[in-house]
Amino acid sequence: MTGPFLKPKRKNPLARTTQPLLPPQARSRKAHGLTLAAATGRFVLQCCGECGRYTYPAREACPNCLSSDLTFRDAPTGGSLLSETQIEVTSDPYFREHMPWRTGLVQLDCGPIVIVHLHGGCGGPGSQLKLSLQLDRAGQAVFFAKPVLEVPHMEDDPQWREMTADPRHRRVLITDGRSPLALPMAQALKKAGAARIFVGVADRWKPLDQQALLAAIEGVEFVDLDLTSERSVQELAMDIGAKVEILVNTADHVRPAHLFDAGAANAAREAMDHTVMGLMRLAQAFGPVMRSRGADGAAGAVAWVNVLSVHGLSNVPQFGVHSAAHAACLSLSQWLRTELRPGGIRVINAFTGPLDTEWFQTVPPPKVAPKAVADAVLDGLKRGLEDIYVGDVAKDIEARLFDNPKAVEREAGQ
Amino acid sequence: MALSRARQSYDGVVLAVPVTVPYQRFSIETAHWWMGKALRALAEGAGISHRDFDGFSVASFTMGPDVAVGLTQHFGLSPRHIDHVPMGGAAGIVSLRRAARAVQAGDADIVACVAADTNRVDSFRHLLAGFSRFSQDAVYPYGAGGANGSFALIARAYMDRYGAKREDFGKLCVAQRDNALKNPNALMKKPLTLEQYMSARPIAEPFHLFDCVMPCAGAEAFLVMREETAVSLGLPFVRLLSAIERHNAFAEDPVQVRGGWVVDRDELYGMAGSAPDDMDFVQTYDDYAVISMMQFEDLGFCAKGEGPDFVRHHTFTIDGSFPHNTSGGQLSVGQAGAAGGHLGLTEAMRQLLGTADGRQVEDAKLGLVSGFGMINYDRGLASAAAILARAS
Amino acid sequence: MSGDILSKFAGALASGAVRVVDLTHTLSPDFPVIVMPPELGQSAPFRMERISRYDGGGPAWYWNNLSFGEHTGTHFDAPIHWYTGRDLPLNSVDTLPPADMIAPACVIDCSRQASEDADFLLTVSDVMKWEEQYGRIPARSWALLRTDWSKKSGTAYANLTADGAHTPGPDAEVMRWLVAERDIIGFGTETIGTDAGQAGHFSPPYPAHHYLHGAGRYGLQCLTNLDQLPPTGAMIVAAPLKIQNGSGSPLRVLALVQERSTG
Repeated sequence: MTGPFLKPKRKNPLARTTQPLLPPQARSRKAHGLTLAAATGRFVLQCCGECGRYTYPAREACPNCLSSDLTFRDAPTGGSLLSETQIEVTSDPYFREHMPWRTGLVQLDCGPIVIVHLHGGCGGPGSQLKLSLQLDRAGQAVFFAKPVLEVPHMEDDPQWREMTADPRHRRVLITDGRSPLALPMAQALKKAGAARIFVGVADRWKPLDQQALLAAIEGVEFVDLDLTSERSVQELAMDIGAKVEILVNTADHVRPAHLFDAGAANAAREAMDHTVMGLMRLAQAFGPVMRSRGADGAAGAVAWVNVLSVHGLSNVPQFGVHSAAHAACLSLSQWLRTELRPGGIRVINAFTGPLDTEWFQTVPPPKVAPKAVADAVLDGLKRGLEDIYVGDVAKDIEARLFDNPKAVEREAGQ
Repeated sequence: MALSRARQSYDGVVLAVPVTVPYQRFSIETAHWWMGKALRALAEGAGISHRDFDGFSVASFTMGPDVAVGLTQHFGLSPRHIDHVPMGGAAGIVSLRRAARAVQAGDADIVACVAADTNRVDSFRHLLAGFSRFSQDAVYPYGAGGANGSFALIARAYMDRYGAKREDFGKLCVAQRDNALKNPNALMKKPLTLEQYMSARPIAEPFHLFDCVMPCAGAEAFLVMREETAVSLGLPFVRLLSAIERHNAFAEDPVQVRGGWVVDRDELYGMAGSAPDDMDFVQTYDDYAVISMMQFEDLGFCAKGEGPDFVRHHTFTIDGSFPHNTSGGQLSVGQAGAAGGHLGLTEAMRQLLGTADGRQVEDAKLGLVSGFGMINYDRGLASAAAILARAS
Repeated sequence: MSGDILSKFAGALASGAVRVVDLTHTLSPDFPVIVMPPELGQSAPFRMERISRYDGGGPAWYWNNLSFGEHTGTHFDAPIHWYTGRDLPLNSVDTLPPADMIAPACVIDCSRQASEDADFLLTVSDVMKWEEQYGRIPARSWALLRTDWSKKSGTAYANLTADGAHTPGPDAEVMRWLVAERDIIGFGTETIGTDAGQAGHFSPPYPAHHYLHGAGRYGLQCLTNLDQLPPTGAMIVAAPLKIQNGSGSPLRVLALVQERSTG
């Protein structure tokens, strides 16, 4: 059974910070079909297009009919536990630091036998289980089995916490307190048990709309942070870099400009400075220290969240500059993901459609409420996702991009 | 589809010169060093040059990047029958089967079957991490328990289903340790009591320390030839009466509770003209005691599910009611990689040649050896068995 | 005129009307040095190796080689020590204006509170209470926090537990306030740093360092004999070694105290 995850004690400054290690990373290329699903919280298995049987582990031919028409398809998540063990000894350095480790053998309701990470709340052999695909600290897909019914402190299971980025007892930096996302994000983080919420604000002398509401949240602390200033970002990292376990980058800069406008380049440069270069400055200042703290206790550094426009995936002319800037942010985030991987830090991109805010005033609904973005980010952190599509517009574009990216391009702006 | 025809007998196929290169816990040498030692011992034991071996069959996990044919140059061999049998614990019997047919057909006269592996301080971890694609994708990332973790799942299911207890596994382990104390090559030199077995530290429930083999470096080898060759060389020999192998049997069983022996065991005894009760000793593949118990059932010494009861009603030491793993088995001798699958064969040969010294089973005429290996994903895929007989 | 002042001062020194108090600990190998988390760089402790002592290495003379970090023993922190002061002019010990090396001191006695609570934090209200009694802290004065911590030694002095050091110091607000509202020239303590032992958890972390050095002010730590100073009126002489681009240095800190009887 799982006990509650209690607030970790203050770290002993004389003790060495445990260095992050990663679970085994090698996978066949085929196995990354599961990675794709785990990144978005889906549950898939290879399914034979000819005989219809599900199969696992990932392979190139159906063992039933030898068809090579094996595609990853959504699969039912139920299964029953056949056997289990608690591993106490391993030669793998990562697992060695997490012993004992509970694993099980599960027969999925759809057929295949799967070795899984087993939640502490699961019953013994014969129990019914609900499986999910998770990204482990190495960013690789693994099966995780939980009890079908909720058990106390379910989210606090130490093995589950390795698969997620739960904000509980963690300290979070929200980079742009002026973003309409800041308040709902801070509220949601507080509700999820974040220990401290640093809210970055540029130009503190300017009025801050939601100052009082933000300040009313226990644990919120305003800090000077101007993403357009390398010095500002660096200075904040010198003060609190080693205290940020989750970084939520809410920076955005939406200014409409037509490509052929005389001033479009300036608008683009400004947007890039706020978003792309802002992300780069954050990465340079906070990336190294977060990466070094990936195993710093049970509530060490764990996630970096970028809120991105779904139009970064495919340009829309009404917000051409914005789309281009977020495309660059997406590329940069992939780079950052690789650089943070050795620390076991997951980089989460939350792709959102137009927010229901002043800069998207002219966009017809459906639009995304800032609270919906905050809730989706929290859900993503607690489930350990990597790609989150927030709202109907983003989900629609996601589905269409997977289906036919060229059609999305042709239909843009129509 | 035409039914398979009756298999030809192994008449006239014999095994000679059992070789064991004494094991070491860790070795700074490569697998090649251990193979070289084994080949030399075979040649000296046969009283001929290693160049006279016209068949060469090798099993090893650590000989990479070399392949079998590359090894011929390494060792100065020029065989006309060559084989690489990467089948872990089944490799010994699979090598023997292929060599037997080669000498029967005249494709070769003398086949040197060699298994050798080294064990460097960190090599076992690398072996586990890259054992197979399914293991890499779907086993190792789950706690990296290695074979212990995988077989723990099988053992737990077997215990739940058939009522085996840790004490039952312990009884086999303790008996094997007793046997090992009479084997100078065994790495385990201290007696083991059931109390020590039960109270040892957990490794992967239900396995504790003494349920697990100790990886080590070593080599096992023997020669396969026709009877007339052995006679002309003046070599003492044992006869191969029958041998079976089967891979990926019972894929539909959700958890492994049986091996491929079940499919072919009637043929095994039929070809040998014998029954389980006729065996004077049995050498099972004992990577874990639960697998030995499964072999007792699947090779017909008792019915499925009666393994625990069988263990409770027998004694397994050399002088016991069911002499078993008389060398001490891998559990007490050590697991020298792929050589673990050859250990039962060389030990059976010594018992039947009457050269087992302090651990000789009295008047041993007939013995059964089985092999098992390759936990590619969730179960051991390869199973094999052979019945050997004293020359006369 | 200056001749008059200094000759009077010389006379006062000679007569004992002005007493010289040594605020310095003896620099010795066993004096505790600040300990950083092990993955970070560490200060070298004070070490002394003999070159000769009237022996084969030098038959008629005695001398030693020394090695130590800039922040060992009773020592001075220059603005360049903290990132907040990194770009200020004259921010290192070699460029420190000599006039700043002599300044008056206000001694705020919190020895009772510190004896009751190792994590005692000086607050603005403590200082305001002090000012009610002794008057407003004059600009460009040293604010010296008396805790009698210097009477401890070894383990009790460092007072390290599993969650770090527990030693008294200022809270964040009082440091901001002393610099911004009282224009102090620096802040001095008897403990191993100008900040409290747990100040890494404050906001901003290490506020004494943050605010003092960010405003070009100085720190003095590991002081002793503060109990021999009056609340006001003492003159501090604190001249760090002139180390090129140095962030601080061990030094001899002297206080000149006018005896009350001589008025």
